[in-house]
Amino acid sequence: MNDTQRIVITGIGLTAPNGNSLPEFRENLLNCVSGVAHHEIRYMGKQVAGMCNFDEYKYQSKKLRRRGTRAGSISIYCANEAIADAGIEWTNIDKSQVGVYLGITEHGNVETEEEIFQMHQNNLDYKLWSPHHNPRTVANSPAGEVTLNLNITGPHYTLGSACAGGNVGIIQGVQQLLLGEVDLALAGGISESSQTFGIFAAFAAQGALAHHDDPTKASRPLDKNRNGIAISEGGAVYVLERLSDAKKRSAKIYGEIIGYAINSDATDFVNPNSERQVQCMHKAIKRAGLTVSDIDLVNMHATGTGTGDVNETNAVRTAFSDSKSTYVNFTKGHIGHCMGAAGALELAGNLPSFTDGIIHPGMNCTDLDPECALPNLVVNEPKLVGNVNTILNNSFGMLGINSALIIKKIPSLRRTHT
Amino acid sequence: MTASEVRQIVVDIISDIAPDEDTSGLDDAKSLREQLDLDSMDFLDIVMELRKRHKVEVPQEDYPRLASLASCVEYLSPKFA
Repeated sequence: MNDTQRIVITGIGLTAPNGNSLPEFRENLLNCVSGVAHHEIRYMGKQVAGMCNFDEYKYQSKKLRRRGTRAGSISIYCANEAIADAGIEWTNIDKSQVGVYLGITEHGNVETEEEIFQMHQNNLDYKLWSPHHNPRTVANSPAGEVTLNLNITGPHYTLGSACAGGNVGIIQGVQQLLLGEVDLALAGGISESSQTFGIFAAFAAQGALAHHDDPTKASRPLDKNRNGIAISEGGAVYVLERLSDAKKRSAKIYGEIIGYAINSDATDFVNPNSERQVQCMHKAIKRAGLTVSDIDLVNMHATGTGTGDVNETNAVRTAFSDSKSTYVNFTKGHIGHCMGAAGALELAGNLPSFTDGIIHPGMNCTDLDPECALPNLVVNEPKLVGNVNTILNNSFGMLGINSALIIKKIPSLRRTHT
Repeated sequence: MTASEVRQIVVDIISDIAPDEDTSGLDDAKSLREQLDLDSMDFLDIVMELRKRHKVEVPQEDYPRLASLASCVEYLSPKFA
């Protein structure tokens, strides 16, 4: 295939509850360092949650941070880190040819809850409603804040795609590059969900909010004693380019995006559909021109809910029944569920396996649920497998949105080391 | 409330709205926008904070009266009386 039709990852900026750079994140994934802790949540008191502790003022003034949103702050941090990681020199870039595509689970809950809270504190005086509320809560806000911060004049928008957002943002970036709409994409996913009580309250009402005396053990996908989701925030933004452009500037390359798929269950608001998940994974593999046995590693979405984990396990078991060599891991045991950031963040955590040959383990799966048993499941201890060439990254969301992304190592070119 | 106290209330609000700015050496007679990086949204925030913190209302037609610290003090002092 022509290098202009091959899209590669040349930069990654991220913040996770357990790391604010890829090397730090990777180290903590390999060593099973959790980012989940107890935090005070408005009205609800102490809850397990994953909060990020990146420096909000590294790339943004205090005034603009105050005017913007937490989601924007996460986006700006990740985008700037990605640009720096990619070694982008803006003097060589036409900023009207740069696009910003960020997947989100939701947006505006944090700001709306805060305004209502303030109004209630002030005798329901609606005149105290902030004039910043609209620009803060329009759905393109996090991506728009990135363009304001970096003076990017190409397209920007968010992709509302529930917890598949991270993958969907990346897929959008790939598609826009292939269409020739932009020459460089800042794409990925972000979430500030752990800043809003409503999401905690809703998962609690569903009986799907994780809890444990030791918060680091609360998020336990596939474990027999899992009891729900640990809600987290985070972000991961990728610099995506055509391979031809990356070669021209001798960029380091993390991997090539060779396949992707998005489909819909069309069955339920919240309950997943294994059959559609299988179809999604197979569609991505077919688009990549591979067979299931070519996939070396699958990152499961695995959120730690009773139904979700069993359904996805069934899907992965079925989808990879013809492969003896595919390893499987998951990431939410370490960081909780980073919602719109999950897909992009979890993929980032696995990409270093292209260079170190190690698969990070799924954490807290100390008593594997027999219904979630899978061949080659990597849990609790990292596994040195020597050679990882392809990763399939699952990310699913409410309303039955499924996404799968396939990344391939490019062995002959310069790559990063973490 | 003294003029000095009213002035301090306004400076405190500006410091919160524009925390990157140095508000220590402001010339009261000069326009705030000449001395600080403030835009129209910042002035809306000043109005909002006056209402929230001190129950002082500034109608839209009076916004120009907040142009300088001196005009702020002159305009707001009767409202704090």
